[in-house]
Amino acid sequence: MIELLQNLGKNTRTGFTKLGRGTFFLLQIISGILSVLPRPRLLLNQMYSVGVLSFLIITISGLFVGMVLGLQGYYILSDFGAEETLGVMVAASLVRELGPVVSALLFAGRAGSALTAEIGLMKATEQLSGMEMMAVDPIKRIISPRFLAGLLSMPLLAALFSAVGIIGGQMVGSGLLGVDEGAYWSQMQANIDFQDDIINGVIKSIVFGFVASWIALFEGYDAIPTSEGVSRATTRTVVNSAFSILGLDFILTALMFGDN
Amino acid sequence: MQHTSTQDTFVGLFVASGIVGLFFLALQVSNLSSFTEHDSYTVTARFENSGGLKVKSPVSSAGVKIGKVSAISFDPKTYESVVQLSIDKQYNTLPDDTTASVFTAGLLGEQYVNLEAGGSDEYLKDGGKIEITQSAIILEKALGQFLFKSAEEKK
Amino acid sequence: MDNSVSTQNSLVSVQNLSFSRGNKKIFDDISLEFERGKVTAIMGPSGTGKTTLLKLIGGQLFPEQGTVIVDDNNVHRLRRSELYNLRKRMGMLFQSGALLTDMNVFDNVAFPLREHTHLPESMIRTLVLMKLQAVGLRGARDLMPNELSGGMARRIALARAIALDPMMIMYDEPFTGQDPISKGALVHLIKSLNTILGLTSIIVSHDVQETAAIADYIYVISEGKVVGQGTPKEIEQSESDWVQQFMNGTADGPVHFHYPAKDYVDDLLSTGKRYS
Repeated sequence: MIELLQNLGKNTRTGFTKLGRGTFFLLQIISGILSVLPRPRLLLNQMYSVGVLSFLIITISGLFVGMVLGLQGYYILSDFGAEETLGVMVAASLVRELGPVVSALLFAGRAGSALTAEIGLMKATEQLSGMEMMAVDPIKRIISPRFLAGLLSMPLLAALFSAVGIIGGQMVGSGLLGVDEGAYWSQMQANIDFQDDIINGVIKSIVFGFVASWIALFEGYDAIPTSEGVSRATTRTVVNSAFSILGLDFILTALMFGDN
Repeated sequence: MQHTSTQDTFVGLFVASGIVGLFFLALQVSNLSSFTEHDSYTVTARFENSGGLKVKSPVSSAGVKIGKVSAISFDPKTYESVVQLSIDKQYNTLPDDTTASVFTAGLLGEQYVNLEAGGSDEYLKDGGKIEITQSAIILEKALGQFLFKSAEEKK
Repeated sequence: MDNSVSTQNSLVSVQNLSFSRGNKKIFDDISLEFERGKVTAIMGPSGTGKTTLLKLIGGQLFPEQGTVIVDDNNVHRLRRSELYNLRKRMGMLFQSGALLTDMNVFDNVAFPLREHTHLPESMIRTLVLMKLQAVGLRGARDLMPNELSGGMARRIALARAIALDPMMIMYDEPFTGQDPISKGALVHLIKSLNTILGLTSIIVSHDVQETAAIADYIYVISEGKVVGQGTPKEIEQSESDWVQQFMNGTADGPVHFHYPAKDYVDDLLSTGKRYS
């Protein structure tokens, strides 16, 4: 029993110190962003590996999610004779929830894990240490550009996901199941609000991009510099990002759509 | 970094397509294109009871959406509901004796404001008032009256 | 705070330094002097924290006690920007080479020049090729780090370390895991760089022969203390059993072959699965 309490205490303590290290790390990253701005090349290279390489998985997933929504939505809505509102249903679920959340989860799995592994291996092979000894701050040179790239890519990826998904829903809905195409778009436009739905969705995706990039970079930077340590850190990145994204999604949804 | 220029091209394409996606969401999916706050005018209507009307509920005339409810407040002096309607500027020829009623779309659907044009030559202006209103039909009230009536008839 | 401390002949001076990791004391009040223009070696068995010492000198780690003075600067009292300026004049060769794996050999050597100077690209090219020529790998400029052998990687890393013309270089286990030819090449390189460029060299190593061949002065460290010091000749003739065991590489001596354990017979006869 006492052992259990001791373990709990120990875990709490290590959890808090990790949170503290993470916060300090975040402050360092943010203060490093200023020195990235005069060197857009660093950012461009990272936009490629973080954004462009996630493009395909995001758009294909978005298309399928939208098509499934079209199919499922049609079956449910047609029971009530409300097939025309299919567009609203597909667009609202994508723009408000699935777009930001699913693309952030995919982002954490695709780009986040790669970032952790890359940073962890750079640490394990003394590249970060070596850079420090060459009087180059690895946070400014390596970490901050990646963070910024994640932050900028995430809203673009989420928007792509939603847009492709809505088109996918329309393809299934009016192409396959015979929902009137005009009704699909007009009902959507009448009921999806720019501020409440689109802007809030974009805010969500920025928050998720921030958190997912932060976790991925911190886990890599904080990894034990062995092959096992890096592999564990990569796992932690995916798990912790998923938890944080879903938890934050609940909080943000409650804040944004609560007082309607 | 040998393929710098192809990388740049891809990054450019990625950013461009992301922005196109955002514009698509803003213009094609949401109501941003249909009308914005700036080109609309506001008129006030007082209802004895505005029922389940909410901010952003649609305002329509002859079945076409022409605006939305922008504010609802309670007047403690007259015990009325004060509803502000913001109407798209292109529909600026509504007569000043237009009737506003709170209707329900279908039996259980959402409530909306219906405007029925009168015959006056004067038009409603920004800040104007709709004098003739008809309150929402409260289902419980109507049902109660109906039951009461039929009970009386049986006597 | 006055950071300048004058030390006559030493470029690097470690004074009364203590450092521990967890409960393990890695350095216990040691003092070392590294003279300008000389090759000084720190020797000792693996796990005595030799790499840690280099990181302490480079200001990457902070000691519990004691001071490290590099070129009249107290390393751990410097502000961050001052420390970074000092580091530009300190080269360090990591055991693995620590080359940046996402760029080729040329860009690796050019990296410190591009980060710290605003030289035109043509000048950088000339400088990089000169440095690569000095380590004999000018022809390998287009290879990626994963295409290099261990010895080549270390030589490239050396070219990178001298890119900014530092006043000193710290070598972390430069000979470990090298074939005899690479070892010979590295010995030759370290020695010639030292004499030609007038560098001060600090070598951390447990390779007795190679180190003794180029070092001007040797410190032998064990369990956080200096157990022997002197010129290679003096060390060879040291009367300390420990130093003799280390230099000759005998299996048993003051350093035991066996890791501390309970009595062998008792251990075999006991049935318990767990050590209590």
